[in-house]
Amino acid sequence: MHTAAEAPLNIVVLVKHVPDTQFDRSLTDENFTVDRSESILSELDEYALEAALQLVEAAGGKSSGGKVTAVTMGPDQAVNAVKKALQIGAHEGFHLNDAALAGSDAAGTSLALAALIRYIAGDDGVDLVITGMASTDGETSLVPAQVAERLDLPQVTFVSSAEITYDGDAPVLRARREGATHTDVLEAPLPALVSVTDQINEPRYPDFRSIIAAKKKPLHVVTLADLGVDASAVGFAGAWTTVDSAQPRAPREQGVIIMDEGDAGIQLVDFLESQKLL
Amino acid sequence: MASVLVYLDHPVVPLSKPDRELLTIAAAHGDAVVAVGVPSVENGVAEALGEFGALAICLPTRELDQFLVAPKAAFLATVVQEVSPSAVLLDNGFESKEIAARLGIKIFSGVISDVVSVGEGFTATKSDLAGSYLATAKVTHGTPVLTIKPNSVEPQPAADPELPEQVRIQCPETGTVKAARITRRDNNKPSTRPSLTEASVVVAGGRGVNGDFSVIEALADALGGAVGASREATDAGWIEHSAQVGQTGQVVSPQLYISAGISGAIQQKAGMQTSKVIVAVNKDADSPVFEIADFGVVGDLFTVLPQATEEIKKRRS
Repeated sequence: MHTAAEAPLNIVVLVKHVPDTQFDRSLTDENFTVDRSESILSELDEYALEAALQLVEAAGGKSSGGKVTAVTMGPDQAVNAVKKALQIGAHEGFHLNDAALAGSDAAGTSLALAALIRYIAGDDGVDLVITGMASTDGETSLVPAQVAERLDLPQVTFVSSAEITYDGDAPVLRARREGATHTDVLEAPLPALVSVTDQINEPRYPDFRSIIAAKKKPLHVVTLADLGVDASAVGFAGAWTTVDSAQPRAPREQGVIIMDEGDAGIQLVDFLESQKLL
Repeated sequence: MASVLVYLDHPVVPLSKPDRELLTIAAAHGDAVVAVGVPSVENGVAEALGEFGALAICLPTRELDQFLVAPKAAFLATVVQEVSPSAVLLDNGFESKEIAARLGIKIFSGVISDVVSVGEGFTATKSDLAGSYLATAKVTHGTPVLTIKPNSVEPQPAADPELPEQVRIQCPETGTVKAARITRRDNNKPSTRPSLTEASVVVAGGRGVNGDFSVIEALADALGGAVGASREATDAGWIEHSAQVGQTGQVVSPQLYISAGISGAIQQKAGMQTSKVIVAVNKDADSPVFEIADFGVVGDLFTVLPQATEEIKKRRS
């Protein structure tokens, strides 16, 4: 997957259709997978896409041969995340759609995505794989790390800035990560996997022209067979974990609500004392 | 008895509560063996680990501290080969989850994150969809790798502590060549407050504090708690981004969460709804936060919070 320093920048962005977080979310009764009937492009993926577009623009843009490819996997409606990404500015899209993927855990999902990225990389290679800081649904956050492991890439995650510099001829990603106790400057040789936070940029919105233009952009639908992945390695069959049961947490009961009539602070402390919280 | 491997990146004395929790869970399910990411541990660390049941400490042959994830996962995979544990436990911080994820691929094993309790046969109860579901999950392939949320168990010192034996384990040569590394670290100004995810009390402010976190901080300090904030408050720059509680910030699960001037939209709820007790103060009686509050005050946080702070100080003196 290596590319030379002067070669055009090739970035893959992993996007995902997720249940709209404005609504309550649920797991299906049958096999405890996430109900995705009301799905949108994960808001957090928009930052990843924007970061990719800015990096390619900084490296000379599309005319330099740089490219941002948005990829997703999932059932038919998953393609909406890729379509939205193309409207926002991605140059090409891939949708891995295969019934055998249903029920994939992190191991199966990362296997399929790694195969898809290798397929896209072809002979040219991919310089960067960029993801959002988490998917707003499953939140296992295991998948990006497992994709990196399967592709033998270093990973630099939760960054609030990212730029490409050169160490001689070798491209190096330099990024910043802000933690609760310290801020780190991180470096990794390319190719690498990066996840970005919602602090890294202000994602652009698609305008009318970009929405029309998106219709002409290449969007490829591929299957596991196209990638040479055996169906038994993914889905429920290939899972390394199983969910035996899932219950919605008992809804919190509304407690006591009082209007402040001058002594609410005292009553609040009385309540804490009654709960042995002092 | 089979061993249970616990990975602690860089343990220091006193051991953090999550570290002690992991050791407690490991010791309850087998012989606790610790792997660390540093080639030697400071004075007192071995004793402290032993106190919570560790029987052995596996140390890498080189410093892994400056690297991110991949070389640590490679080292841990070697330890798993040597020790053949019945499970591997890590904390639920993002780097630990990433180490767990990469380790899982290396040793062909299932990984479960966000675990809140570990049962017989390493069946894991985990919190799903930001705590709105509780699921029971099992690893069906390989050695279970579990990442465990803080406040999952009460730390329990070992009945019969031993000084753990220290074992050096060769790091794979390949691990660090292409690894991401930390080239510079700036410490933020040190805080005397507990960390947000580990604190047993969190006091959080939102839009309603209107730029002034002093009353939030005063109440947090009176309760020995951490300060949190809604996304509106961090986006407005009133407080550092790392204080954010919610879907795009930290997910907390303290004994007590006091929400002040936060409406409690789903985005925020996702970060705090599994708290044991929730107290809400908001001017607007229709705020959704009141639907999940155990105790709510419809009122001005700038009068209610200082009054509560004073009252707590009075009762404690």
